[in-house]
Amino acid sequence: MTTLAEGSAPAHAPRGHKRPLLQSEQAQGLALISPTLAYALVLLVAPIAVVIAYSFWTQDYLTVDRSFTLEQYRIALGEPIYRDLLLRSLWVSLLVSFFTVVLAYPIAYYISFHGGSRKGLWLFLITIPFWTSYLLRVMSWKVILGYNGVLNSGLMGLGIIDEPSTALLYNTSAVVITLTHTWAAFAILPIFVSLEKVDRTLIEAATDLGDGPIRSFLRVTLPLSLPGVISAILIVMIPTVGDYVTPKLVGGKDGVMIATAIEAQFKRGANWPLGAALSVVTMTVVTLMAAAIVFVIRQAGKRAR
Amino acid sequence: MRAILSRWLPAYAFLYVGFLYLPVIFLPIFSVNTSAVPKFPLMGLTTKWYADLPRTPALIDAAWNSLMVGVTAALLSTVLGICAARALTRYRFPGRTAANGIIMAPLVLPEIILAVSLLIVMLSIGLELSLFTVVLGHVLICIPYSVTVLNAGFEGFDRSLEEASADLGETSLGTFRRVTLPMVAPAIISSLLVSFTISLDEFIMAFFLAGTEATLPVYIWGQLRFAAKLPSVLALGTLLLVGSFILLTIAELLRRRAERRVHGAAVHA
Repeated sequence: MTTLAEGSAPAHAPRGHKRPLLQSEQAQGLALISPTLAYALVLLVAPIAVVIAYSFWTQDYLTVDRSFTLEQYRIALGEPIYRDLLLRSLWVSLLVSFFTVVLAYPIAYYISFHGGSRKGLWLFLITIPFWTSYLLRVMSWKVILGYNGVLNSGLMGLGIIDEPSTALLYNTSAVVITLTHTWAAFAILPIFVSLEKVDRTLIEAATDLGDGPIRSFLRVTLPLSLPGVISAILIVMIPTVGDYVTPKLVGGKDGVMIATAIEAQFKRGANWPLGAALSVVTMTVVTLMAAAIVFVIRQAGKRAR
Repeated sequence: MRAILSRWLPAYAFLYVGFLYLPVIFLPIFSVNTSAVPKFPLMGLTTKWYADLPRTPALIDAAWNSLMVGVTAALLSTVLGICAARALTRYRFPGRTAANGIIMAPLVLPEIILAVSLLIVMLSIGLELSLFTVVLGHVLICIPYSVTVLNAGFEGFDRSLEEASADLGETSLGTFRRVTLPMVAPAIISSLLVSFTISLDEFIMAFFLAGTEATLPVYIWGQLRFAAKLPSVLALGTLLLVGSFILLTIAELLRRRAERRVHGAAVHA
């Protein structure tokens, strides 16, 4: 009934007034969305345009020189310190999105194919941890991985190690573990949604035609769920590259990421143009990396079918 | 193969959920531990860290600030979310996809870049950093969540009910108030709760845009530098955890009720 009503809605329009009504429908839609769109334009699009503009300027203490220059980009891409931070941030976001997606896929699969009537409950259970204080979740990982931490005392209690390991905390892997945990729900949900859309009769057909469970998964289920995998990668990879809290709390000296450098330029360092250039470079590079990965996955998906 | 899968997949699922809850479980455990150092074995049971909380004026101020920011951000983001979700689910208009993309963009942008870009603009136009600027930032990142929740509530909404109301002589405002609003009320409340919870927990925007006034996460961030303050912070975190859990359970129950109501109405119609 619902679909019927939705589908036949345009037919309810009184005949003869079709054109003005259509225009007013469009006008109504535009009018209705305009406050929200205006908000996003003023507080998102315009500020980002300003950041891009700043990245081509220079600053000497408090005076901003607005003549066009690529100097900031030369520093952002050329100086070893910024280049290293950027490369590490990209590497971390790549690892984090890989691990979150690989770990999340079986869960999403389990809920979608074996969740039965408890699907809603499972999804609710999975989202709960993500509504606890973000800072305290990261802090909690510090408690778990620390020198006197839960993992060390547990491993010592079991007699697996003799003295606390310092290899767990204050390095890139601690950052990767913490972020993989932080972003888990954002990977599970899109993959689950796309698995739900997979037509179950196609899998039956594959099985009837002699495909084993692995072959039918690789040739039917996995390719059809790739849109969810792709959105999971995008939703995890792009925000992760700019994470500030996790590297600060569990990264130590070896886990510093680009966000710390950006923050320094805007707060203590007070070099807005350089901070702006670092932001623009980070955004551009992570977007290109994400696009390349999406392209590769799509090609692989086509070949699998 | 199938047998292996059906045996190991549930085991993996439980392990994974364990991994998700691992850091969350330690908050309440160490918040009632006598020792100020969070490690095993536990020293003894105490509620002193909780008793300390109401006696910390900076914490009370921060909690109050967070409450104000959260309520304002939730209201604004839900109102703007209603406009967008209604326009997106009800109307076809030019630029619909682009508008949707711009509104949802904060979801896939690094938060620090949103924060610094707002900071530049606000300082450039001479807007003083305050809780108000935090609200502006929070609304921006809450809108995508509001729109998602509200879209789900507005979709599958039977338009013929509105048409029936109009045919029976209701004005469009009357139809909205007496037909549309009751149907979508659970989604609206759900959006309010979700955006309030996001604002309550949001750190980066508040860190950059709050000026001298601290919200709860900014206060917690300040406390994390002092090892001795950790148990009190964990106690505070436990209270926040319980609070968010209650709010989100309400939001989830309302969302399910809305789902049933929309489907029920469709069947009756």
